[in-house]
Amino acid sequence: MSGGTAVAFAIGLPLFGTLLILLNDRYPNIREAITLTTSVCLALIVYGLVPEVTSGGRPGFILAEIVPGLPIAFKVEPLGMLFAMVASGLWVVTTIYAIGYMRSHHEVQQTRFYACFAIAISSAMGIAFAGNMLTLFIFYEVLTISTYPLVTHSETKDAVKAGRTYLGILIGTSIAFLLLAIIWTWYLTGTLDFTPGGILKGKADGPILGLLLFLYMYGIGKAALMPMHRWLPAAMVAPTPVSALLHAVAVVKAGVFTVLKVIVYIFGIDTLAGISQDDWLMYIAAFTVIAASCVALKKDNLKARLAYSTVSQLSYIILGAALASSLGIIGGGMHIAMHAFGKITLFFCAGAILVASHKTEVSEMDGLGRVMPITFLFFFIGSLSVIGLPPLGGSWSKWYLMLAAADAGQVIFMFVFMISSLLNIAYLMPLVARGFFSEAKDNGHHHEDDHHGEPSFWNGVRFGNVREAPPFCLLAMAITSVGCVLLFFYADKIYRLLAPVAGIQG
Amino acid sequence: MIEHLPALQVVIPLICAPLCMLVRYRDWSWIVALFGSWASLVISWLLLQQVMDAGVISYHMGNWAPPLGIEYRIDFVNAFVLLIVSAIGAVVTPYARESVRAEFGTNRIYMFYTAYMLCLCGLLGVTITGDAFNLFVFLEISSLSSYVLIAMGKDRRALTASYQYLVLGTIGATFIVIGIGLLYAETGTLNMADLAKRLADQPLSRTIGAAFGFLVVGISLKLALFPLHLWLPNAYTYAPSVVSAFLAATATKVAVYVLLRFLFTIFNVKLSFGVMPLDTILLVLAVIAMFAASAVAIFQTNLKRMLAYSSVAQIGYIILGISFANVNGLSAGIIHLFNHALMKGGMFLALGCIFYRIASVNINDMAGMGRRMPWTMGAFVVGGLGLIGVPLTVGFISKWYLVLGALERGWWFAAALVLLSSLLAVVYIWRVVEVAYLKPIPEDAPKIEDAPPAMLIPTWILIGASVYYGINTDLTVGVAKQAAQQLLGVGS
Repeated sequence: MSGGTAVAFAIGLPLFGTLLILLNDRYPNIREAITLTTSVCLALIVYGLVPEVTSGGRPGFILAEIVPGLPIAFKVEPLGMLFAMVASGLWVVTTIYAIGYMRSHHEVQQTRFYACFAIAISSAMGIAFAGNMLTLFIFYEVLTISTYPLVTHSETKDAVKAGRTYLGILIGTSIAFLLLAIIWTWYLTGTLDFTPGGILKGKADGPILGLLLFLYMYGIGKAALMPMHRWLPAAMVAPTPVSALLHAVAVVKAGVFTVLKVIVYIFGIDTLAGISQDDWLMYIAAFTVIAASCVALKKDNLKARLAYSTVSQLSYIILGAALASSLGIIGGGMHIAMHAFGKITLFFCAGAILVASHKTEVSEMDGLGRVMPITFLFFFIGSLSVIGLPPLGGSWSKWYLMLAAADAGQVIFMFVFMISSLLNIAYLMPLVARGFFSEAKDNGHHHEDDHHGEPSFWNGVRFGNVREAPPFCLLAMAITSVGCVLLFFYADKIYRLLAPVAGIQG
Repeated sequence: MIEHLPALQVVIPLICAPLCMLVRYRDWSWIVALFGSWASLVISWLLLQQVMDAGVISYHMGNWAPPLGIEYRIDFVNAFVLLIVSAIGAVVTPYARESVRAEFGTNRIYMFYTAYMLCLCGLLGVTITGDAFNLFVFLEISSLSSYVLIAMGKDRRALTASYQYLVLGTIGATFIVIGIGLLYAETGTLNMADLAKRLADQPLSRTIGAAFGFLVVGISLKLALFPLHLWLPNAYTYAPSVVSAFLAATATKVAVYVLLRFLFTIFNVKLSFGVMPLDTILLVLAVIAMFAASAVAIFQTNLKRMLAYSSVAQIGYIILGISFANVNGLSAGIIHLFNHALMKGGMFLALGCIFYRIASVNINDMAGMGRRMPWTMGAFVVGGLGLIGVPLTVGFISKWYLVLGALERGWWFAAALVLLSSLLAVVYIWRVVEVAYLKPIPEDAPKIEDAPPAMLIPTWILIGASVYYGINTDLTVGVAKQAAQQLLGVGS
């Protein structure tokens, strides 16, 4: 299969899968088998593209010309390759997890769930492989709309309200700011193709560049730069697999990925480093890093805590990009992958705790580590990766980001990264400590009201005092936890992949 | 035959009208109307092809040479508008059969098709003619027949709505005829091309200024430019479903065309936007329309009324594009004529489907409609996404050129306002989506099927086209750019 065809398949396959999922509405087993097969095939296709991209190839194709001179075009470059690898790889794992979770939790409308999920992945692929800003924008909007039914999945009042926040902020910022910035760029330069070195180079002066940067950064609401972050905690009403893959990986990473793309290929690192109008972005990002961590400290609801943690971690990447240096781009890009594995593990654990013990608040989880030891072990591993301790992947991206800050002479941001790491410890570790070391206050109480009746394969693993999550969930968590460890040892592969983007000769 | 196409464009619906009356039996009159509307579509398509190949067509009615005889003059601008009108007519007529049967007493059906054919004839006539007074005559034909069509609504309030439109519409028409009369007094000609030539040679006199004022106000009333839109919400709300869809998609569009013709062809850009500060006036009114009408739309419980206010806002976008008076802005206006016709026509047809099943278009009756009538509601949502301007729909293309036009003109705040006002569309569309998809079906709701295919297919043709032309813009952008260049007298 040639590169261009593979790209087309990567975007088309999930859509085809959606169709099959809808047709098999009545047969859950077939439906889920289709989802799983589609995700595996997609991952194989995406990973098949890696050798070509690493060796300097830029496969792609043109779908249609919307506006004269402005086609829907796809071109794979290293950043997009990385994002696509993360998203498609974790889709397989999430599908495994979702099968366990959705069945055990007796969710409604599962066909709609799997169908929208597949569309969302297709649009994530579209974002990753977009060859110009217009294409990226189109798939960005499709991603927003296709995830709306997932956020409002439960159809309760809260879900509807959260859906409003979600759609309001994401559609609002993208139309009011991002689209304006895109059309403005087109007006100034006559092109929207992602070009190494940036297309705005020499086309506009400082103040206009500063304004455009503002429009882009706040237009990309998915990157959750404060104060446009409210949609992310709101989206946590969705079922856990959605929070895990979409709101820790695909959607939010699509946001920061777009930020990186804009800074590298629209502005150009050198252009941005040459002007002073981008300083505000570093400070806002740094503020978001710290402030969101502080909010996370105060959240008792586990998923809300993780959501704010995500807001904070996303701004690491924005900060890395705003430093406008090679190391910043590498660190930011790497953090997309590292944080994805760490955070998805944490969300999987949160969901596992919910299905197995029906607990959502951190303060209720005293002693739960003894009931769900495996889940808590995985949570521990995920936490360490997010905090950035060796031997876990998260340490490398932090390393490069701090190096970038030091390199740029911005020592203050090194401190920001350090303080934030301490805050990470402060909001993640107490859960592990509570789970393993505290005595359960109402031991046994929650076990009686197990309304799922007879224990079965789908509902969870039980032996002795241990009441673990469903096996499919455990498997998924194991894979991502191992991933966190492996990423520590194979981080150089990501470095080599990203080096050309950052202008470093590999 | 082929050289008489311009005449046939008007004559065929004109002959079909009395035929509908004569055959009397409801299905036969429908077949006559079907023939009339489809024939019009074919003719307008052929005319557009001819214009693309050979440039401006000039047809002399009854072989009387202009400027004394009536000339039909077809360039890119009106060939495109002809296509919009006749295409909407051709899609709506098949839909009308079921819908009209459900909403009318059986003995009045042939009258509906008669008035409908007359209205089509009038709208096509306004668009095709190159004679100012002939334009007024056709305008009256279309207006009078649309008063009749609106009054046919099931709700008794349709009568007052129609009367209101009659009064305001007549005022508008009177202003237009006064304007044309003043121009005739000053120049001694009624032929548009001739008028343009003579006006260009003359210094601006008080008479010409007055003619300009009367014409602009009169036409603005017909096209429902804020604040002259008061007739529109009631008319669209209480008219029969088919009529709302047809008029929303065509009548105001034709009025916009008339404005374009007068501002750019008969008067010229220098007079309209240089001597007269019309660009600023249009800009301000358009922006107010975009925001005020969208904001009002948010609070409507009757969905037809909501769409009607949304139409006022969308007309604001079209007028905004015109006020930029550059190729991109004008193209945006012309593209949006077409795009808005597709979206709004399709959405009104979708509401007609709902009305057909539950005899209500109130938002409180929409609970669970996404599951009760999935195809209909799906069409409504896709059309709504277009109104918001989501990419891959036609609305996005319109906004793209509109913003580009604003930036080119240097009015970057207008660009920002265009995009901000789309957010209001998000609110009024999503309000419906939430009720239709996220509220449970009421316990006492009767089980209903989705609308019959005879209604669904036309609805989805328009909605499907609104997606297709959002991806393939060769026709719309190509023609609109040519039209804009022709109007501005630049390029090609």
